[in-house]
Amino acid sequence: MAFVELRDVGKWYAALSGRRSIAVQHFSLTLDRGDFLCLLGPSGCGKTTILSMLAGFEAPSEGQILLDGQAVRAPSRDRGVVFQGDDSLYPWLTAVQNIEFGLRVGGVPAKERRATALDYLDLVGLNGQAEKFPAELSGGMKQRIQIARALANKPKMLLMDEPFGALDAQTRSIMQRELRRIWDATGTTIVFITHDIDEAILLSTRVGVMTAGPGGTLKSVIPIEMTGDRERADPAYGRYYQQVHSDIRDEVAKASSYGRKAA
Amino acid sequence: MSVQATRAAPFEADRASPSKPGAGFQAIAAVLPYLLGFLMLFVAWHIASVYIVQSVLFPAPAAVFAKAGELAASGVLFEQIGASLQRIAIGFVLGSAIGIPIGLLMGTVPFARKMIEPWTEFLRFIPSVAMITIAVIWFGIGENSKIFLIIYATVFIVTLNTASGVATVSKNKLRAAQALGASRFQIFYLVALPATVPFILTGMRLAMANAFTTIVAAEMIAASDGLGVMLWNGRLYMLVDEIFVSLLSLGILGFTFDRLFRWGILRFAGRFSPVA
Ligand SMILES: Nc1ncnc2c1ncn2[C@@H]1O[C@H](COP(=O)(O)OP(=O)(O)OP(=O)(O)O)[C@@H](O)[C@H]1O
Ligand SMILES: [Mg+2]
Repeated sequence: MAFVELRDVGKWYAALSGRRSIAVQHFSLTLDRGDFLCLLGPSGCGKTTILSMLAGFEAPSEGQILLDGQAVRAPSRDRGVVFQGDDSLYPWLTAVQNIEFGLRVGGVPAKERRATALDYLDLVGLNGQAEKFPAELSGGMKQRIQIARALANKPKMLLMDEPFGALDAQTRSIMQRELRRIWDATGTTIVFITHDIDEAILLSTRVGVMTAGPGGTLKSVIPIEMTGDRERADPAYGRYYQQVHSDIRDEVAKASSYGRKAA
Repeated sequence: MSVQATRAAPFEADRASPSKPGAGFQAIAAVLPYLLGFLMLFVAWHIASVYIVQSVLFPAPAAVFAKAGELAASGVLFEQIGASLQRIAIGFVLGSAIGIPIGLLMGTVPFARKMIEPWTEFLRFIPSVAMITIAVIWFGIGENSKIFLIIYATVFIVTLNTASGVATVSKNKLRAAQALGASRFQIFYLVALPATVPFILTGMRLAMANAFTTIVAAEMIAASDGLGVMLWNGRLYMLVDEIFVSLLSLGILGFTFDRLFRWGILRFAGRFSPVA
Protein backbone atom coordinates (compact mmCIF):
# COMPACT_ATOMS: atom_id res chain seq x y z
CA MET A 1 0.00 0.00 0.00
CA ALA A 2 1.25 3.46 -0.81
CA PHE A 3 2.29 5.63 2.13
CA VAL A 4 0.38 8.69 0.93
CA GLU A 5 -2.33 8.70 -1.69
CA LEU A 6 -4.11 11.71 -3.13
CA ARG A 7 -7.17 10.59 -5.07
CA ASP A 8 -8.68 13.12 -7.44
CA VAL A 9 -8.31 15.86 -4.83
CA GLY A 10 -9.95 19.24 -5.39
CA LYS A 11 -10.26 22.30 -3.18
CA TRP A 12 -12.38 25.41 -3.60
CA TYR A 13 -13.20 28.41 -1.52
CA ALA A 14 -16.32 30.53 -1.38
CA ALA A 15 -15.26 33.70 -3.18
CA LEU A 16 -16.54 37.12 -2.10
CA SER A 17 -18.54 37.34 -5.32
CA GLY A 18 -20.55 34.32 -4.16
CA ARG A 19 -19.17 32.01 -6.81
CA ARG A 20 -16.66 29.42 -5.72
CA SER A 21 -13.02 29.91 -6.54
CA ILE A 22 -11.14 26.75 -7.39
CA ALA A 23 -7.68 26.53 -5.83
CA VAL A 24 -6.71 23.09 -7.13
CA GLN A 25 -8.53 20.26 -8.90
CA HIS A 26 -8.26 16.61 -10.01
CA PHE A 27 -4.97 16.15 -8.24
CA SER A 28 -3.90 12.49 -8.01
CA LEU A 29 -0.56 11.26 -6.76
CA THR A 30 0.92 8.49 -4.66
CA LEU A 31 4.02 8.73 -2.49
CA ASP A 32 6.00 5.84 -1.11
CA ARG A 33 7.89 5.96 2.16
CA GLY A 34 11.17 7.76 1.61
CA ASP A 35 10.03 9.59 -1.51
CA PHE A 36 11.37 13.10 -2.02
CA LEU A 37 8.89 14.91 -4.23
CA CYS A 38 9.55 18.41 -5.50
CA LEU A 39 6.47 20.26 -6.62
CA LEU A 40 6.85 22.99 -9.22
CA GLY A 41 4.28 25.24 -10.80
CA PRO A 42 3.48 28.85 -11.58
CA SER A 43 2.43 31.14 -8.74
CA GLY A 44 -1.18 30.61 -7.71
CA CYS A 45 -1.53 27.11 -9.18
CA GLY A 46 -2.36 25.51 -5.82
CA LYS A 47 0.92 24.19 -4.41
CA THR A 48 0.41 25.61 -0.92
CA THR A 49 -3.19 24.39 -0.96
CA ILE A 50 -2.05 20.81 -1.63
CA LEU A 51 0.49 21.08 1.18
CA SER A 52 -1.99 22.36 3.75
CA MET A 53 -4.39 19.54 2.90
CA LEU A 54 -1.55 17.02 3.31
CA ALA A 55 -0.74 18.57 6.67
CA GLY A 56 -4.38 18.26 7.68
CA PHE A 57 -5.01 21.98 8.15
CA GLU A 58 -7.77 21.93 5.55
CA ALA A 59 -9.98 19.17 4.22
CA PRO A 60 -10.28 18.55 0.48
CA SER A 61 -13.57 19.72 -1.07
CA GLU A 62 -13.61 16.57 -3.17
CA GLY A 63 -11.51 13.46 -3.45
CA GLN A 64 -9.52 11.85 -0.69
CA ILE A 65 -6.14 12.05 0.95
CA LEU A 66 -5.05 8.78 2.54
CA LEU A 67 -2.11 8.20 4.83
CA ASP A 68 -1.38 4.54 5.40
CA GLY A 69 -4.84 3.91 4.04
CA GLN A 70 -6.52 6.24 6.57
CA ALA A 71 -8.06 9.58 5.61
CA VAL A 72 -6.08 12.56 6.90
CA ARG A 73 -8.33 14.35 9.40
CA ALA A 74 -6.18 16.63 11.50
CA PRO A 75 -2.62 17.91 11.75
CA SER A 76 -0.16 15.67 13.53
CA ARG A 77 3.38 15.90 14.82
CA ASP A 78 4.19 13.12 12.34
CA ARG A 79 3.93 15.66 9.55
CA GLY A 80 6.28 18.58 10.08
CA VAL A 81 5.57 21.75 8.14
CA VAL A 82 7.84 24.55 6.95
CA PHE A 83 5.61 27.44 5.95
CA GLN A 84 5.98 29.86 3.08
CA GLY A 85 6.94 33.22 4.61
CA ASP A 86 7.98 33.76 8.20
CA ASP A 87 4.80 34.63 10.09
CA SER A 88 4.69 31.20 11.72
CA LEU A 89 7.58 31.84 14.12
CA TYR A 90 6.76 33.00 17.65
CA PRO A 91 8.19 36.49 18.08
CA TRP A 92 8.05 36.30 21.89
CA LEU A 93 10.35 33.27 21.93
CA THR A 94 14.07 33.27 21.21
CA ALA A 95 15.49 31.34 18.27
CA VAL A 96 16.31 28.32 20.40
CA GLN A 97 12.95 28.45 22.20
CA ASN A 98 11.21 28.47 18.84
CA ILE A 99 13.16 25.41 17.76
CA GLU A 100 12.37 23.48 20.93
CA PHE A 101 8.65 24.32 20.84
CA GLY A 102 7.63 20.91 19.47
CA LEU A 103 9.73 19.10 22.05
CA ARG A 104 8.33 21.30 24.80
CA VAL A 105 4.70 20.53 23.96
CA GLY A 106 5.75 16.88 23.62
CA GLY A 107 6.92 16.89 27.25
CA VAL A 108 10.67 16.46 26.64
CA PRO A 109 12.60 17.60 29.77
CA ALA A 110 14.03 21.12 29.57
CA LYS A 111 17.74 20.19 29.51
CA GLU A 112 17.35 17.50 26.93
CA ARG A 113 15.23 19.55 24.57
CA ARG A 114 17.57 22.53 24.86
CA ALA A 115 20.50 20.34 23.85
CA THR A 116 18.57 18.96 20.86
CA ALA A 117 17.44 22.44 19.81
CA LEU A 118 21.01 23.73 19.94
CA ASP A 119 22.13 20.84 17.73
CA TYR A 120 19.56 21.79 15.12
CA LEU A 121 20.46 25.47 15.41
CA ASP A 122 23.99 24.39 14.61
CA LEU A 123 22.81 22.27 11.74
CA VAL A 124 21.13 25.23 10.02
CA GLY A 125 24.31 27.26 10.52
CA LEU A 126 23.02 29.62 13.18
CA ASN A 127 25.03 28.77 16.26
CA GLY A 128 25.59 31.87 18.34
CA GLN A 129 22.13 33.19 17.44
CA ALA A 130 20.31 31.08 20.03
CA GLU A 131 19.18 33.97 22.22
CA LYS A 132 18.08 36.30 19.42
CA PHE A 133 14.40 37.01 18.87
CA PRO A 134 12.90 36.58 15.39
CA ALA A 135 12.63 40.36 14.98
CA GLU A 136 16.43 40.50 15.32
CA LEU A 137 17.04 37.96 12.55
CA SER A 138 17.10 38.34 8.77
CA GLY A 139 14.52 36.72 6.52
CA GLY A 140 16.84 33.88 5.57
CA MET A 141 17.79 33.28 9.20
CA LYS A 142 14.13 33.12 10.23
CA GLN A 143 13.50 30.63 7.46
CA ARG A 144 16.30 28.43 8.80
CA ILE A 145 14.89 28.64 12.35
CA GLN A 146 11.61 27.38 10.92
CA ILE A 147 13.39 24.49 9.22
CA ALA A 148 15.23 23.61 12.42
CA ARG A 149 11.95 23.76 14.35
CA ALA A 150 10.33 21.27 12.00
CA LEU A 151 13.37 18.95 11.92
CA ALA A 152 13.88 18.92 15.70
CA ASN A 153 10.53 17.16 16.04
CA LYS A 154 11.80 14.31 13.81
CA PRO A 155 8.59 13.95 11.81
CA LYS A 156 7.94 10.95 9.57
CA MET A 157 7.04 13.32 6.78
CA LEU A 158 8.25 16.82 5.98
CA LEU A 159 6.10 19.30 4.10
CA MET A 160 8.19 22.25 2.98
CA ASP A 161 6.79 25.30 1.21
CA GLU A 162 9.58 27.13 -0.64
CA PRO A 163 11.85 26.69 2.38
CA PHE A 164 15.00 28.04 0.75
CA GLY A 165 13.32 30.90 -1.13
CA ALA A 166 14.81 33.64 1.07
CA LEU A 167 18.36 32.26 1.21
CA ASP A 168 21.44 33.48 -0.63
CA ALA A 169 22.98 31.09 -3.16
CA GLN A 170 25.75 29.98 -0.80
CA THR A 171 23.55 29.21 2.20
CA ARG A 172 21.01 27.68 -0.09
CA SER A 173 23.42 25.11 -1.46
CA ILE A 174 24.65 24.28 2.05
CA MET A 175 21.07 23.79 3.21
CA GLN A 176 20.29 21.66 0.16
CA ARG A 177 23.17 19.38 0.99
CA GLU A 178 22.08 19.17 4.64
CA LEU A 179 18.52 18.32 3.68
CA ARG A 180 19.74 15.57 1.32
CA ARG A 181 21.93 14.23 4.11
CA ILE A 182 19.07 14.21 6.63
CA TRP A 183 16.78 12.58 4.11
CA ASP A 184 19.44 9.94 3.37
CA ALA A 185 20.00 9.26 7.05
CA THR A 186 16.39 9.23 8.23
CA GLY A 187 14.35 8.11 5.25
CA THR A 188 11.85 10.88 5.91
CA THR A 189 9.25 11.33 3.19
CA ILE A 190 9.50 14.86 1.86
CA VAL A 191 7.21 17.06 -0.20
CA PHE A 192 9.12 20.15 -1.17
CA ILE A 193 7.69 23.12 -3.05
CA THR A 194 10.08 25.24 -5.07
CA HIS A 195 10.23 27.55 -8.07
CA ASP A 196 13.77 26.49 -8.82
CA ILE A 197 14.20 23.68 -11.41
CA ASP A 198 17.86 23.26 -10.51
CA GLU A 199 17.01 22.77 -6.84
CA ALA A 200 14.28 20.27 -7.72
CA ILE A 201 16.64 18.12 -9.80
CA LEU A 202 19.47 18.23 -7.26
CA LEU A 203 17.21 17.22 -4.38
CA SER A 204 14.31 15.05 -5.36
CA THR A 205 13.51 11.53 -6.42
CA ARG A 206 10.57 12.85 -8.44
CA VAL A 207 9.63 16.25 -9.81
CA GLY A 208 5.93 17.07 -10.10
CA VAL A 209 4.93 19.92 -12.40
CA MET A 210 1.54 21.56 -12.00
CA THR A 211 -0.56 23.34 -14.61
CA ALA A 212 -1.23 27.05 -14.34
CA GLY A 213 -3.80 28.17 -11.81
CA PRO A 214 -6.16 29.15 -10.44
CA GLY A 215 -7.40 25.58 -10.20
CA GLY A 216 -4.20 23.88 -11.29
CA THR A 217 -3.63 20.16 -11.40
CA LEU A 218 -0.69 17.80 -11.65
CA LYS A 219 0.61 17.88 -15.21
CA SER A 220 3.50 15.45 -15.09
CA VAL A 221 5.73 13.60 -12.67
CA ILE A 222 9.32 13.06 -13.76
CA PRO A 223 11.41 10.51 -11.85
CA ILE A 224 14.97 11.69 -11.28
CA GLU A 225 17.28 8.72 -11.45
CA MET A 226 20.75 9.99 -10.78
CA THR A 227 23.00 7.95 -8.57
CA GLY A 228 25.50 9.20 -6.03
CA ASP A 229 26.15 12.88 -5.43
CA ARG A 230 24.24 14.93 -7.90
CA GLU A 231 26.37 17.07 -10.16
CA ARG A 232 25.26 19.72 -12.58
CA ALA A 233 28.02 18.48 -14.92
CA ASP A 234 26.28 15.11 -15.21
CA PRO A 235 24.74 14.81 -18.71
CA ALA A 236 21.58 13.39 -17.10
CA TYR A 237 21.19 16.67 -15.19
CA GLY A 238 20.99 18.58 -18.46
CA ARG A 239 18.39 16.21 -19.89
CA TYR A 240 16.19 16.44 -16.79
CA TYR A 241 16.54 20.19 -16.76
CA GLN A 242 15.37 20.41 -20.37
CA GLN A 243 12.45 18.12 -19.68
CA VAL A 244 11.19 19.92 -16.57
CA HIS A 245 11.84 23.30 -18.11
CA SER A 246 9.78 22.57 -21.22
CA ASP A 247 6.92 21.24 -19.05
CA ILE A 248 6.82 24.29 -16.89
CA ARG A 249 7.51 26.93 -19.55
CA ASP A 250 4.11 26.56 -21.20
CA GLU A 251 2.37 26.79 -17.83
CA VAL A 252 4.18 29.92 -16.79
CA ALA A 253 3.30 31.42 -20.17
CA LYS A 254 -0.36 30.51 -19.61
CA ALA A 255 -0.29 31.94 -16.11
CA SER A 256 1.07 35.26 -17.29
CA SER A 257 -1.44 35.49 -20.14
CA TYR A 258 -4.23 35.00 -17.54
CA GLY A 259 -2.65 37.83 -15.67
CA ARG A 260 -2.74 40.06 -18.74
CA LYS A 261 -6.38 39.23 -19.46
CA ALA A 262 -7.34 39.98 -15.90
CA ALA A 263 -5.51 43.33 -15.93
CA MET B 1 30.84 53.42 33.12
CA SER B 2 31.46 56.72 31.42
CA VAL B 3 31.47 58.44 34.79
CA GLN B 4 34.25 56.21 36.03
CA ALA B 5 36.20 56.75 32.85
CA THR B 6 35.88 60.49 33.26
CA ARG B 7 37.12 60.34 36.81
CA ALA B 8 40.02 58.04 36.06
CA ALA B 9 41.25 59.55 32.82
CA PRO B 10 39.56 62.79 31.86
CA PHE B 11 41.65 63.29 28.74
CA GLU B 12 40.75 59.95 27.32
CA ALA B 13 37.11 60.52 28.02
CA ASP B 14 37.34 63.89 26.27
CA ARG B 15 38.83 62.31 23.22
CA ALA B 16 36.24 59.54 23.19
CA SER B 17 33.20 61.74 23.63
CA PRO B 18 32.82 63.28 20.15
CA SER B 19 32.61 59.89 18.43
CA LYS B 20 30.66 58.06 21.12
CA PRO B 21 28.46 60.22 23.34
CA GLY B 22 28.01 59.01 26.92
CA ALA B 23 24.84 57.50 28.34
CA GLY B 24 23.91 60.73 30.10
CA PHE B 25 24.19 62.75 26.94
CA GLN B 26 22.06 60.23 25.03
CA ALA B 27 19.36 60.33 27.71
CA ILE B 28 19.22 64.12 27.47
CA ALA B 29 19.11 63.96 23.68
CA ALA B 30 16.19 61.54 23.93
CA VAL B 31 14.05 63.71 26.21
CA LEU B 32 15.13 67.05 24.72
CA PRO B 33 12.30 67.23 22.15
CA TYR B 34 9.79 66.58 24.93
CA LEU B 35 11.27 69.23 27.17
CA LEU B 36 11.23 71.70 24.31
CA GLY B 37 7.63 70.81 23.51
CA PHE B 38 6.51 71.35 27.08
CA LEU B 39 8.50 74.54 27.35
CA MET B 40 6.76 75.90 24.26
CA LEU B 41 3.40 74.89 25.69
CA PHE B 42 4.05 76.92 28.82
CA VAL B 43 5.48 79.85 26.85
CA ALA B 44 2.38 79.92 24.65
CA TRP B 45 0.18 79.76 27.74
CA HIS B 46 2.14 82.60 29.33
CA ILE B 47 1.86 84.78 26.23
CA ALA B 48 -1.84 84.06 25.82
CA SER B 49 -2.54 84.85 29.44
CA VAL B 50 -0.29 87.85 30.09
CA TYR B 51 -0.32 89.64 26.73
CA ILE B 52 -3.49 88.60 24.92
CA VAL B 53 -6.30 87.76 27.34
CA GLN B 54 -5.09 89.86 30.29
CA SER B 55 -7.80 88.65 32.65
CA VAL B 56 -7.88 87.14 36.14
CA LEU B 57 -10.03 84.43 34.63
CA PHE B 58 -7.01 83.12 32.73
CA PRO B 59 -4.07 82.98 35.15
CA ALA B 60 -0.48 82.77 33.90
CA PRO B 61 1.56 79.61 34.47
CA ALA B 62 3.62 81.25 37.19
CA ALA B 63 0.49 82.00 39.25
CA VAL B 64 -0.82 78.47 38.75
CA PHE B 65 2.50 76.93 39.76
CA ALA B 66 2.55 79.12 42.85
CA LYS B 67 -0.95 77.99 43.76
CA ALA B 68 -0.01 74.39 43.11
CA GLY B 69 2.99 74.74 45.41
CA GLU B 70 0.78 76.22 48.09
CA LEU B 71 -1.79 73.41 47.79
CA ALA B 72 0.95 70.81 47.69
CA ALA B 73 2.61 72.18 50.81
CA SER B 74 -0.67 72.07 52.73
CA GLY B 75 -1.22 68.50 51.52
CA VAL B 76 -4.60 69.30 49.95
CA LEU B 77 -3.42 68.72 46.39
CA PHE B 78 -2.08 65.24 47.11
CA GLU B 79 -5.24 64.29 49.01
CA GLN B 80 -7.36 65.15 45.98
CA ILE B 81 -5.01 63.47 43.53
CA GLY B 82 -4.78 60.44 45.80
CA ALA B 83 -8.56 60.15 46.04
CA SER B 84 -8.96 60.21 42.25
CA LEU B 85 -6.04 57.87 41.58
CA GLN B 86 -7.25 55.32 44.10
CA ARG B 87 -10.65 55.10 42.40
CA ILE B 88 -9.02 54.82 39.00
CA ALA B 89 -6.62 52.13 40.19
CA ILE B 90 -9.29 49.93 41.80
CA GLY B 91 -11.77 50.29 38.94
CA PHE B 92 -9.12 49.87 36.30
CA VAL B 93 -7.67 46.70 37.82
CA LEU B 94 -11.11 45.17 38.35
CA GLY B 95 -12.29 46.22 34.88
CA SER B 96 -9.21 44.68 33.26
CA ALA B 97 -9.53 41.53 35.37
CA ILE B 98 -13.08 41.12 34.09
CA GLY B 99 -12.41 42.22 30.51
CA ILE B 100 -9.37 40.09 29.71
CA PRO B 101 -10.92 36.65 30.37
CA ILE B 102 -14.15 37.63 28.61
CA GLY B 103 -12.17 38.91 25.63
CA LEU B 104 -10.11 35.71 25.51
CA LEU B 105 -13.27 33.65 25.61
CA MET B 106 -14.88 35.71 22.85
CA GLY B 107 -11.78 35.43 20.70
CA THR B 108 -11.42 31.67 21.11
CA VAL B 109 -14.97 30.33 21.14
CA PRO B 110 -17.13 31.62 18.26
CA PHE B 111 -20.29 30.59 20.09
CA ALA B 112 -19.31 32.67 23.11
CA ARG B 113 -18.44 35.61 20.89
CA LYS B 114 -21.85 35.58 19.22
CA MET B 115 -23.56 35.35 22.58
CA ILE B 116 -21.58 38.11 24.28
CA GLU B 117 -21.40 40.46 21.30
CA PRO B 118 -24.94 41.86 21.74
CA TRP B 119 -23.93 42.93 25.26
CA THR B 120 -20.67 44.55 24.32
CA GLU B 121 -22.01 46.09 21.11
CA PHE B 122 -25.01 47.53 22.94
CA LEU B 123 -23.33 48.77 26.09
CA ARG B 124 -20.22 50.24 24.55
CA PHE B 125 -22.30 52.91 22.85
CA ILE B 126 -23.62 54.09 26.20
CA PRO B 127 -20.75 56.29 27.42
CA SER B 128 -19.68 55.91 31.03
CA VAL B 129 -20.58 59.53 31.82
CA ALA B 130 -24.15 58.74 30.81
CA MET B 131 -24.15 56.07 33.51
CA ILE B 132 -23.26 58.51 36.32
CA THR B 133 -26.81 59.25 37.38
CA ILE B 134 -27.86 55.62 37.54
CA ALA B 135 -24.62 54.71 39.30
CA VAL B 136 -25.34 57.26 42.01
CA ILE B 137 -28.92 56.02 42.40
CA TRP B 138 -27.71 52.43 42.64
CA PHE B 139 -24.55 52.80 44.69
CA GLY B 140 -24.91 56.17 46.43
CA ILE B 141 -22.30 58.90 46.37
CA GLY B 142 -19.65 56.84 48.17
CA GLU B 143 -16.68 55.08 46.59
CA ASN B 144 -18.76 52.29 45.08
CA SER B 145 -20.47 54.39 42.45
CA LYS B 146 -17.15 55.79 41.21
CA ILE B 147 -15.51 52.37 41.13
CA PHE B 148 -18.48 50.98 39.26
CA LEU B 149 -18.13 53.75 36.68
CA ILE B 150 -14.41 53.17 36.20
CA ILE B 151 -15.02 49.43 35.78
CA TYR B 152 -17.69 50.28 33.24
CA ALA B 153 -15.31 52.67 31.45
CA THR B 154 -12.58 50.02 31.34
CA VAL B 155 -14.22 46.70 30.73
CA PHE B 156 -15.57 47.04 27.18
CA ILE B 157 -12.43 48.54 25.70
CA VAL B 158 -10.28 45.83 27.26
CA THR B 159 -12.70 43.08 26.25
CA LEU B 160 -12.97 44.16 22.62
CA ASN B 161 -9.23 44.71 22.21
CA THR B 162 -8.44 41.35 23.75
CA ALA B 163 -11.00 39.59 21.56
CA SER B 164 -9.75 41.23 18.38
CA GLY B 165 -6.19 40.40 19.43
CA VAL B 166 -7.01 36.71 19.69
CA ALA B 167 -8.78 36.84 16.33
CA THR B 168 -5.78 38.39 14.55
CA VAL B 169 -3.19 35.80 15.58
CA SER B 170 -1.80 34.71 12.23
CA LYS B 171 -3.16 31.42 10.97
CA ASN B 172 0.30 29.99 10.41
CA LYS B 173 1.27 30.47 14.07
CA LEU B 174 -1.64 28.32 15.14
CA ARG B 175 -1.07 25.80 12.37
CA ALA B 176 2.63 25.51 13.19
CA ALA B 177 1.72 24.63 16.78
CA GLN B 178 -0.77 22.01 15.57
CA ALA B 179 1.80 20.41 13.29
CA LEU B 180 4.31 20.40 16.16
CA GLY B 181 1.88 18.37 18.24
CA ALA B 182 0.44 21.00 20.60
CA SER B 183 -2.92 20.25 22.21
CA ARG B 184 -5.76 22.75 22.03
CA PHE B 185 -4.99 23.93 25.53
CA GLN B 186 -1.26 24.27 24.74
CA ILE B 187 -2.11 26.25 21.61
CA PHE B 188 -4.22 28.56 23.73
CA TYR B 189 -1.73 29.35 26.46
CA LEU B 190 1.52 28.98 24.55
CA VAL B 191 0.48 30.71 21.30
CA ALA B 192 -2.84 32.57 21.35
CA LEU B 193 -2.34 34.12 24.77
CA PRO B 194 1.19 35.50 24.32
CA ALA B 195 0.33 36.68 20.81
CA THR B 196 -2.56 38.65 22.30
CA VAL B 197 -0.56 40.39 25.04
CA PRO B 198 0.19 43.55 22.99
CA PHE B 199 -3.50 43.93 22.16
CA ILE B 200 -4.47 43.51 25.80
CA LEU B 201 -1.95 46.17 26.83
CA THR B 202 -3.14 48.53 24.09
CA GLY B 203 -6.72 48.03 25.26
CA MET B 204 -5.68 48.79 28.82
CA ARG B 205 -3.88 51.91 27.69
CA LEU B 206 -6.98 53.21 25.90
CA ALA B 207 -9.12 52.24 28.90
CA MET B 208 -6.83 54.21 31.18
CA ALA B 209 -7.48 57.37 29.18
CA ASN B 210 -11.19 56.66 29.36
CA ALA B 211 -10.97 56.15 33.12
CA PHE B 212 -9.45 59.61 33.58
CA THR B 213 -12.30 61.23 31.67
CA THR B 214 -14.89 59.31 33.61
CA ILE B 215 -13.53 59.92 37.08
CA VAL B 216 -13.51 63.69 36.66
CA ALA B 217 -17.09 63.77 35.44
CA ALA B 218 -18.23 61.43 38.19
CA GLU B 219 -16.49 63.39 40.93
CA MET B 220 -17.91 66.67 39.67
CA ILE B 221 -21.38 65.30 40.11
CA ALA B 222 -21.11 63.09 43.16
CA ALA B 223 -18.08 63.05 45.44
CA SER B 224 -16.59 64.80 48.43
CA ASP B 225 -13.00 64.72 47.30
CA GLY B 226 -10.89 64.22 44.16
CA LEU B 227 -9.74 66.37 41.26
CA GLY B 228 -13.28 66.58 39.91
CA VAL B 229 -14.45 68.09 43.21
CA MET B 230 -11.60 70.59 43.05
CA LEU B 231 -12.80 71.63 39.60
CA TRP B 232 -16.39 71.93 40.71
CA ASN B 233 -15.61 73.89 43.87
CA GLY B 234 -13.39 76.15 41.80
CA ARG B 235 -16.42 77.04 39.73
CA LEU B 236 -18.69 77.52 42.76
CA TYR B 237 -16.29 79.82 44.60
CA MET B 238 -14.60 81.33 41.54
CA LEU B 239 -11.19 79.89 42.49
CA VAL B 240 -9.79 80.07 38.98
CA ASP B 241 -6.25 79.27 40.10
CA GLU B 242 -7.44 76.06 41.74
CA ILE B 243 -9.31 75.06 38.58
CA PHE B 244 -6.08 75.46 36.66
CA VAL B 245 -4.11 73.49 39.23
CA SER B 246 -6.48 70.55 38.87
CA LEU B 247 -6.46 70.81 35.08
CA LEU B 248 -2.68 70.85 35.11
CA SER B 249 -2.61 67.86 37.47
CA LEU B 250 -4.93 65.89 35.20
CA GLY B 251 -2.74 66.61 32.20
CA ILE B 252 0.43 65.64 33.99
CA LEU B 253 -1.06 62.50 35.55
CA GLY B 254 -2.59 61.33 32.29
CA PHE B 255 0.62 61.94 30.41
CA THR B 256 2.71 60.18 33.05
CA PHE B 257 0.53 57.08 33.22
CA ASP B 258 0.29 56.86 29.46
CA ARG B 259 4.09 57.07 29.16
CA LEU B 260 4.52 54.45 31.86
CA PHE B 261 2.17 52.16 29.97
CA ARG B 262 3.94 52.74 26.68
CA TRP B 263 7.26 52.15 28.34
CA GLY B 264 5.90 48.94 29.86
CA ILE B 265 4.63 47.78 26.48
CA LEU B 266 7.99 48.44 24.83
CA ARG B 267 10.06 47.14 27.69
CA PHE B 268 8.17 43.97 28.52
CA ALA B 269 6.10 43.24 25.47
CA GLY B 270 7.89 44.83 22.53
CA ARG B 271 8.97 41.46 21.25
CA PHE B 272 5.40 40.18 21.59
CA SER B 273 4.74 42.23 18.49
CA PRO B 274 2.10 40.39 16.47
CA VAL B 275 3.65 41.22 13.11
CA ALA B 276 7.28 40.18 13.36
N1 LIG C 1 -8.06 30.91 1.86
C1 LIG C 1 -8.29 31.12 0.56
N2 LIG C 1 -9.45 31.70 0.14
C2 LIG C 1 -9.68 31.90 -1.16
N3 LIG C 1 -8.85 31.56 -2.15
C3 LIG C 1 -7.68 30.99 -1.83
C4 LIG C 1 -7.33 30.74 -0.46
N4 LIG C 1 -6.12 30.15 -0.43
C5 LIG C 1 -5.72 30.04 -1.72
N5 LIG C 1 -6.66 30.55 -2.56
C6 LIG C 1 -6.57 30.58 -4.02
O1 LIG C 1 -6.15 29.31 -4.47
C7 LIG C 1 -5.21 29.42 -5.50
C8 LIG C 1 -3.98 28.62 -5.17
O2 LIG C 1 -3.31 29.21 -4.04
P1 LIG C 1 -1.96 28.64 -3.45
O3 LIG C 1 -1.60 29.48 -2.29
O4 LIG C 1 -2.12 27.19 -3.22
O5 LIG C 1 -0.95 28.90 -4.65
P2 LIG C 1 0.60 28.56 -4.76
O6 LIG C 1 0.76 27.62 -5.88
O7 LIG C 1 1.13 28.16 -3.43
O8 LIG C 1 1.23 29.96 -5.20
P3 LIG C 1 2.64 30.63 -4.82
O9 LIG C 1 3.67 29.99 -5.67
O10 LIG C 1 2.45 32.06 -5.21
O11 LIG C 1 2.85 30.44 -3.37
C9 LIG C 1 -4.93 30.88 -5.73
O12 LIG C 1 -5.64 31.30 -6.88
C10 LIG C 1 -5.50 31.55 -4.49
O13 LIG C 1 -6.04 32.78 -4.85
MG1 LIG D 1 2.37 29.02 -2.07
